[in-house]
Amino acid sequence: MTLEMVGFWMVAAVLVASSLAVVLTPNLFHAVLYLAAALVATGLVFLLLDSPFLFAVQLLLYAVGVMTVVVFAIMLTERLVGERIVQTSRSLLNGAVVAAAVFVGVVGFLIRAPRSVLRPTLDADATTPAIGRALVGPFAVTLELLGLLLVVALLGALYFARTDE
Amino acid sequence: MSLNAYLTLAALVFAIGLFGVLTRRNAIGILLGIELMLNAVNINLVAFARFHGDLRGLVFTLFTIAITVAEVAVGLAIVIVIFRVRRTVEADRLDLLRG
Repeated sequence: MTLEMVGFWMVAAVLVASSLAVVLTPNLFHAVLYLAAALVATGLVFLLLDSPFLFAVQLLLYAVGVMTVVVFAIMLTERLVGERIVQTSRSLLNGAVVAAAVFVGVVGFLIRAPRSVLRPTLDADATTPAIGRALVGPFAVTLELLGLLLVVALLGALYFARTDE
Repeated sequence: MSLNAYLTLAALVFAIGLFGVLTRRNAIGILLGIELMLNAVNINLVAFARFHGDLRGLVFTLFTIAITVAEVAVGLAIVIVIFRVRRTVEADRLDLLRG
């Protein structure tokens, strides 16, 4: 067992357990906290795949940014009616069957796929500067469009959530 | 670990997220399931990028993360508006478009 294998199994266990908790826990606020754990575990998977920059982006944008927004949304919707933050699920069996079918389908495809994709050696320190150069080089237009998208999304969210006067 | 191990993990997380989207009644709970599914996609992208030594997958993941954040902002704004109008975020009771 190499160090990477130990890390992979630990992170995979945390990721799967917290993902299950997100979809199964009845308390909506707890679900958000479990989602934060799942997002951090995903970031650790990125780290196992030698992408420290994406790990940082994942922590900053998801685990902090998205969490803040979701918690605010819960406070703005659930607290107002004074109900407990409890959510229920419906048609559990149908959902489980569909989800299991998708998983089995994907895994069946993976088994039939040609294996032996060897992991090429990669200098982890060199990826971040390379990503930066790619963002202002071949992907410069995409980056600008992404900035435009974020501005439009923020304006749209502001418009939706504005007060009426 | 092999590429298939990472892809299987991503498929498992995707299936769990799909289960959440299908079974949750609360609109915010459904959004959380969508977050899980998008995360699984990101794991796939990074794993393929790493095992093929191709940086474009990492750049694409960066774009996916940013677009997901925008999606969450707009989605939650819609949830807040729906709550303000209908006083509920239960997806089953939001049937304005039902004929």
